[in-house]
Amino acid sequence: MTEALRPKTLEEALALRAAHPEATVLAGGTDLMVGVNFGRAEPACLLDLSRLGELTAWARDDNCISVGAGVTFSRISAELDDLTALAEAASTVGSPQIRNRATLGGNIVTASPAGDGIAALAAYDASIVVARHARADRRIPWDEFFLGPKQTALADDELVVAAEWEPVDGPGTFAKVGPRSAMVIAVASICVQLDEQAHDVRIALGSVGPTVLRATRAEQLVTQLDWNDLDERALQEAGALAAADVQPIDDLRGTAAYRRRAVEVLVRRALAWTLAARGKVAA
Amino acid sequence: MIVHLTVDGTTHIVDVDPLRSLATLLRDELGVIAVKNGCEQGECGSCTVWLDDELVCSCLVPAVQADGASVRTAASLANGGLDTVQEAFLDAGAVQCGYCIPGFVVTVADLLERDPHPSEHAVRDALSGNVCRCTGYRKIFAATRLAEARRP
Amino acid sequence: MNAVTGRPGRVGESARRIDGAPKTTGEYVYGGDLSAPWMLWGGTLRSPHAAARIRSIDTSEAVGAPGVHAVLTAADVPGRPTFGLEIADQPVLASDEVRYEGEAVALVAADRPERARAALRLIRVEYELLEPLVDMELALDPAARPLHAFGNVLRHVHIARGDLDAAAADVWVSGFYETGMQDQAPLGPEGGLAVPASDGGVDLYVATQWLHVDRQQIAPCLGLPEELVRVTLAGVGGAFGSREDVSVQIHACLLALRTGRPVKMSYGREESFHGHVHRHPSRTWIRYGATRDGKLVAADVRLLLDGGAYASSSPAVLANASTFAAGPYEVPNVRIEGTVVYTNNPPCGAMRGFGAPQVCFAYEAAMDELAEALRLSPLELRLRNVVGHGSALPTGQVLTGSAPVREVIERCRAIPLPPREPPLGRDPLDYPGGAGRANRGEHIRRGVGFAVGFKNVAYSEGFDDAAEATVILSDAPNGPIAAVRTAAVDYGQGLYTVLAQIVRTELGVEDVIVHPATTESGSAGSTSASRQTTMTGGAVLEACRAVRAELAARGGDLTGGPISCTREFHHRPTDQLDAEGQGDIHVSFAFTAQRAVVDVDTELGLVRVVQIAAAQDIGHTINPLGAEGQVEGGTAMGIGYALMEEIQVEAGLIRNPSFTDYLVPTALDVPPIVVDFVEEPEPGAPYGVKGIGELSTVVAAPAIVAALRHATGRTLTRLPVRPDDLLGLRPDSTAHPRAPVPDVPGQQPVPEYAGLELGQQELMKGHE
Ligand SMILES: Cc1cc2nc3c(=O)[nH]c(=O)nc-3n(C[C@H](O)[C@H](O)[C@H](O)COP(=O)(O)OP(=O)(O)OC[C@H]3O[C@@H](n4cnc5c(N)ncnc54)[C@H](O)[C@@H]3O)c2cc1C
Repeated sequence: MTEALRPKTLEEALALRAAHPEATVLAGGTDLMVGVNFGRAEPACLLDLSRLGELTAWARDDNCISVGAGVTFSRISAELDDLTALAEAASTVGSPQIRNRATLGGNIVTASPAGDGIAALAAYDASIVVARHARADRRIPWDEFFLGPKQTALADDELVVAAEWEPVDGPGTFAKVGPRSAMVIAVASICVQLDEQAHDVRIALGSVGPTVLRATRAEQLVTQLDWNDLDERALQEAGALAAADVQPIDDLRGTAAYRRRAVEVLVRRALAWTLAARGKVAA
Repeated sequence: MIVHLTVDGTTHIVDVDPLRSLATLLRDELGVIAVKNGCEQGECGSCTVWLDDELVCSCLVPAVQADGASVRTAASLANGGLDTVQEAFLDAGAVQCGYCIPGFVVTVADLLERDPHPSEHAVRDALSGNVCRCTGYRKIFAATRLAEARRP
Repeated sequence: MNAVTGRPGRVGESARRIDGAPKTTGEYVYGGDLSAPWMLWGGTLRSPHAAARIRSIDTSEAVGAPGVHAVLTAADVPGRPTFGLEIADQPVLASDEVRYEGEAVALVAADRPERARAALRLIRVEYELLEPLVDMELALDPAARPLHAFGNVLRHVHIARGDLDAAAADVWVSGFYETGMQDQAPLGPEGGLAVPASDGGVDLYVATQWLHVDRQQIAPCLGLPEELVRVTLAGVGGAFGSREDVSVQIHACLLALRTGRPVKMSYGREESFHGHVHRHPSRTWIRYGATRDGKLVAADVRLLLDGGAYASSSPAVLANASTFAAGPYEVPNVRIEGTVVYTNNPPCGAMRGFGAPQVCFAYEAAMDELAEALRLSPLELRLRNVVGHGSALPTGQVLTGSAPVREVIERCRAIPLPPREPPLGRDPLDYPGGAGRANRGEHIRRGVGFAVGFKNVAYSEGFDDAAEATVILSDAPNGPIAAVRTAAVDYGQGLYTVLAQIVRTELGVEDVIVHPATTESGSAGSTSASRQTTMTGGAVLEACRAVRAELAARGGDLTGGPISCTREFHHRPTDQLDAEGQGDIHVSFAFTAQRAVVDVDTELGLVRVVQIAAAQDIGHTINPLGAEGQVEGGTAMGIGYALMEEIQVEAGLIRNPSFTDYLVPTALDVPPIVVDFVEEPEPGAPYGVKGIGELSTVVAAPAIVAALRHATGRTLTRLPVRPDDLLGLRPDSTAHPRAPVPDVPGQQPVPEYAGLELGQQELMKGHE
């Protein structure tokens, strides 16, 4: 029988984590239980984080937005709906039942290239806050945290406690494509965030590489544009640059060729949507 | 581990593996068949229940997280007779094989409790996590509206 | 089991489901919900390989594992080692060879489900891998490794009428069409409970489609006479053909008899994908010739179905597909060559539509091409050629029943189109791609497509699938009540409600009880082939009339005791196909037309089905709400077939045996469906009814793909259509080589060739 560790505080959890590096961490269970139910995961020891009040809070001020690892996607879309990019991503995760359980932390640690929450974090240039017993927290920039499919920089004795980023002033959006109208794992996804003050844009792409990626060359191109004088051709070029830079594969859910095409279109569209939304919304 | 939980008002104490899914715990240990197993991975919604008043797929809830919780199934809605949602499903012709229906009934009841007059968008979003293979959903949408109209 | 009582309306009214209330509360007991005191849990060890020889099986470790009560292999099967619906070619447990991934190799019974699973992992099977034969055309090669002693051609159907070579056509069109392997994906996975009986027999409670054909396959394998195998229907969580073949039945009985304890077997979703047959993948080459004024003069069709590793109902599916392959059109000169082969792919068999959907996709696409070549509207071309009462089909069969095909088409056309929507400002869910919000008004093209289709009702080719039913009228304190005893299965389509409506109408009673279906009643035949309202409905109607006559003879007085009458309903006799594929082989036909409206995101290949307009020939409506529900549900399954549903098989292995990767339509994928019924009574059927269940699944996908072609201008020759296809990123399957020559090796249907028993024919003999 599996042993269950059920800490009530973060401190307790970190101590248990340090003592049981072999334990499997459990948050909302929506990823873990699929493996368990199909006999692919048989953890001998379980560390259940669901009773930790510390992880289920979010906080924001002028300098920092912090969302606890235990905050569910339902809560994100209800309580943080002005963070358009993240809230839109959150509202496309699975179904209502899934979103009621699925946490941002679980999404982060699962580290799927298709993780919808991760795409938003990449667009925010977020850091993942990682805690370890009796040590100071580590803040790992998202692009150093995600190393490959299901691979992260998280050590065996660490827990993810939150994701943090600097507030960005400008519109953001999220979109994903898949073969049906609801409940899809992204065949390709995009999250775009404009930064009005820095005249900067971040374009994150999901399911088109080993991790969520940023379309750096496309971003640079758009940064150089005059946003008040939209040029359709420049957007097309941005799409083409992004499509050239991704590393999609053929798998059960879609082909590499389709994913590349989708990136081209999604980049163009998402840029157009966010550029058009300027002045109308703040995110 | 020893798990204490209340199911539709009845308290149970069971000794199960902490990773046993709530769905199989309910079905195989407690004989609660108002929870159906359709996919074991949260894709079909047949095992939808309220876990402490929150709508979840019970197949993805490990027993350890049901400890101390209150679970409500479609069976809890019928007190003596059927409730408004259940009646509406029958009147609208929304039931065929019925395997998905306990899950749908819970989902629709949850929606109408939170949002007594949901927009079209809200209804579609709410029903997106329950799969029905028989009806093509049209009569389930109709049942939802019928239940909305009849609710006290 | 689930006895159901209710107060439904009469024939013609939208009665509430007689078995509905317990389904909404969760009290209704499905196959997988069963339990009994002292019950053990059964589990099945399945082959991980598509083709392998079994060198050895070592069960010693499993036998000694905690909680294990029995471990069985082929050597433990006391009776006939094989079973099958039409041909007993499938081992109960594989002994020397496995022919598909998922084939059952060993069984375990243990006191707890997880212990059963653990014990399965302790069984050591040594396999010697063989090169799997997975391409249906390669299976036709005489040099291919024969998967069965009698070769790889399971059945070949040759239909010739008129003189194809002499046909004077002005215009020819030809095409090659492919369809993928669809799964019925009923929401309730397979499940049942076998209870050993003190008389040495066994009582089986199971979710199935035909109790008697199950029993007829179970008993010989157990080495028991049929009387000692009693089968009772458990609640059925949908079927759609997947429960025509046995799944847990024989295995659970074997374990129960071996252990002397009740044994429950219930599959999970993954095992369900491996544990039942699927819709045959198909390849169809079709050529139509027509005169300049749009009259068809020739149809030349070559059709290949992948039957997978075992026969299941493939021979009958092929007969259907072949006889429908030229469409519901009058064509004087026809040649159809249909073949179904064995491969190492998962076995295929019955699924809603039963051979009709595959060919409808091909012939309707070809008709659209022809319309374009002739510069006629697709509907006009169809109206000039559709069959009607008195027309002859390619088999020479003359339509003697109702065939209001023109009216069906006109009524479909008359359904108002959905309103045009503004490109901007819609509900986000009303754009292609839905909840993903990847389209917010960009590059949407609307397309409209039609398809016409047809299908037979009841079993064909000389088979007398009679149905027996008993109606009992008795006195009760609040007035007379009636009860129905039948072995017919209601798996959700609403038969029991219909039977109650018939009884209420005929006997004027309010309360009707439909007793649990068991083999204690005579066979009602299968709940498939859109046949039960006709067949069991017919038996109940006749039994009611007999009860009424008896009541009249008693002067309307029930005090002398209940009146019970049993009747058997037979459809009109049919023939076998002759060597030229001629014969009056089908009982009757029903027709339908659908119009699909789609929005396509032409940049992302995303699709939103906007509306389906359906007109269907149903003879007479017994329950309007129930009938609509059948059309809507069948259409949803067709939407899945068109756009997303496919079991992806690579080298014989299923890559997506889960609901994460085998996608079925959600509530957001099914648009408003406007249904109109054409009622022209079918002679010889109760109230003039026709079957309803399958037709919408036959035409929905062809109509949707026609609309997609209209929207995108692409050829789209393969089902399901993927986003890649809509963007031209995948090579068209028209690039495929020419049709293999029609003269295939081993043309003889296997049953004759190998002298095997014909499962269902055996059952029939009991009726003579
Ligand atoms: C039907 C269905 C649909 C889905 N749809 C989507 C979708 O559309 N988009 C999407 O992105 N995902 C989707 N998912 C995947 C899943 O729901 C998300 O990834 C979710 O965010 C996981 O969170 P959780 O809390 O449930 O994680 P859990 O399953 O509890 O944990 C996931 C992993 O993270 C580890 N972990 C969790 N929290 C921590 C922590 N604080 N510190 C260290 N390790 C931790 C666990 O050990 C485990 O390895 C879907 C899943 C299902 C079943």
